Amino acid sequence: MLSFALTILLDGISYGMVLFIISVGLTVTMGLMRVINLAHGAFAMIGGYVAGYLTQHGFEFYLALVLATLVSGFLGGLCEMTVIRPLYRKGELAQVLLTIGIVFVVTALITEIFGAFPYRVEFPTYLTQPVDIGFRTYPAYRLFLILVGGLIALILWLLIEGSLYGAKLRAAVDNAGMARAVGMNVNLLFTATFIIGTAFAGLGGAIGSGILSLEPSYALKYVVLFLVVVIVGGEGSFKGSFVAAMALGIIDTTGKYFVAAAAPYLLYGAVFVLLLWRPQGILPPKSLA
Amino acid sequence: MTTLTPKSLPASGLGTMAAGQLSFVGHALPWAIAVVFFFVAGGYLSFGTQVLIWILFALSLDLALGYAGIVTLGQAAFFGLGAYAAGLFAIHASSDPVVGHLVAVGVTALFGFVTGALILHTTGVTFLMLTLAIVSIMFEYANQATKLTGGDDGLQGINVAPLLGVFEFSIFGQTAYVYALVVLFFWFVFSWRVVNSPFGRSLDGIRQKPARMRAIGTPVWRRLLAIYTLSAAMAGSAGALSAHSTSFVGLSVLSLVTSGVVAVILILGGIRRLYGAFVGATIYLLVQDWSAKVSPYFWEFIVGLMLIATVLFLEGGLMDLGRVGRNFLNRIRNRADVK
Repeated sequence: MLSFALTILLDGISYGMVLFIISVGLTVTMGLMRVINLAHGAFAMIGGYVAGYLTQHGFEFYLALVLATLVSGFLGGLCEMTVIRPLYRKGELAQVLLTIGIVFVVTALITEIFGAFPYRVEFPTYLTQPVDIGFRTYPAYRLFLILVGGLIALILWLLIEGSLYGAKLRAAVDNAGMARAVGMNVNLLFTATFIIGTAFAGLGGAIGSGILSLEPSYALKYVVLFLVVVIVGGEGSFKGSFVAAMALGIIDTTGKYFVAAAAPYLLYGAVFVLLLWRPQGILPPKSLA
Repeated sequence: MTTLTPKSLPASGLGTMAAGQLSFVGHALPWAIAVVFFFVAGGYLSFGTQVLIWILFALSLDLALGYAGIVTLGQAAFFGLGAYAAGLFAIHASSDPVVGHLVAVGVTALFGFVTGALILHTTGVTFLMLTLAIVSIMFEYANQATKLTGGDDGLQGINVAPLLGVFEFSIFGQTAYVYALVVLFFWFVFSWRVVNSPFGRSLDGIRQKPARMRAIGTPVWRRLLAIYTLSAAMAGSAGALSAHSTSFVGLSVLSLVTSGVVAVILILGGIRRLYGAFVGATIYLLVQDWSAKVSPYFWEFIVGLMLIATVLFLEGGLMDLGRVGRNFLNRIRNRADVK
């Protein structure tokens, strides 16, 4: 019984880690820049497809991951500088529509290039095998996800808490006008943050493809999940989105184990009730932390 | 010495003024086109019916999103519910289209009222997420309740009795077209009265500054709930038309793409002017029809580009093209004068 519970917990956490890696960028961009970015899933999908293409064509797995991360980040930066920047001054509606437009364009291009069928990332063999973790054997892939997710959470925490970049970011969250007045280049800060966010999305899309499978509808299908993580966690709250990602991962996995048919309602139902109860999220940020 | 008169200020409240000043000809034109189309369309009549249905659907969104400023991505929930309600009613209860239509409208209005009452006190992203959650729950339900809805295969075997007991729904689609046109005309007149009533004006105020409207004693939440319910009923009506005219309800009516497409149509045509939905739906479906022939995925690409371009360059939609063009010409002319 205990080992069963632990299995569910591990499944939930590894799933939550994928959600966290992909959504963490969205947390910062939505919290900081106040842009409702429905195209975030598209960048995760791009990362996944790049990694898939490269690994299927003989590239080394980790090199493919790095390239997928870079491509997503690069395209994210390009998007920010061209079409997203004019959105900062416009309302929610313009943001929602323009980013949906990006989703449509990316989805069509991906379907045209790679076809409408699910697409695979080739993982190294040692990740596809189960390993012994004491009370049972467990897929190495999921342990790998937990490891990478934990590492990224730690790095981001150190970055935001400890570096000058983090201090500037927190300053710009609290008061963008004042940050500009003391001579910070807030535009550059925004672009950099957007690049980092979309790069993480690309990485998450690539390594998470064993759980969130790659297909052209990925961008629209999963973006709801990513948004849920951000909103439930509290916009701009780094810790909140970590907690929310874990909670969603565990709720969804538990639901799938016990009441497979009701799992989707359980997830969205939980989100619905939670948002009615706390419209600002679980941990609404006083500041970005 | 220039004095700043209100006239020299840029026209704010885009659309409402222009729409109010539309001449009789402007009003008659779209309906005349719709009537003439009936006689000349031939094999394209079913396409015309689709256009009418999407106009009605976009019109419903214009009330909630355009006039009241309710930024929702949940409109597909009402369209889908209306379609399934009409389809299921035809299969299990009575095949009379008028009764089925009224039932579908009633069901969606009630659903809009209940969900609206729950979620309308939130705003912004939270509201957006709640509408997404509602659509997602309904989609998953319709997907899994295969016995009731047919799941992924869609709801089939909808038999619709002749309209008013006389006009049969034939494969040529004459009945469906007239039926859709009459329903659309009814809702349009109704919407026109609503947005130009004091109630409609209060919605304008709520969109611009809810706090101030509250301060002058407007029951903001109740007004929003009223327009949200009306919007739901209209979207449900469009869904019922869709189910009756095609004798089929696909699962995709409840998908997020449907919500996205209806927003595209409205924005493309022009928000907050009612007729924007007419222009948007026509252009959108023509482009979709044409580009789907080029490649099955090409239309999605084109739609995406149209959306991005509309948001960036043409905030008032296609209905605003004239004004934007005039401004552009004026600027060129002014520059020539300076030289």
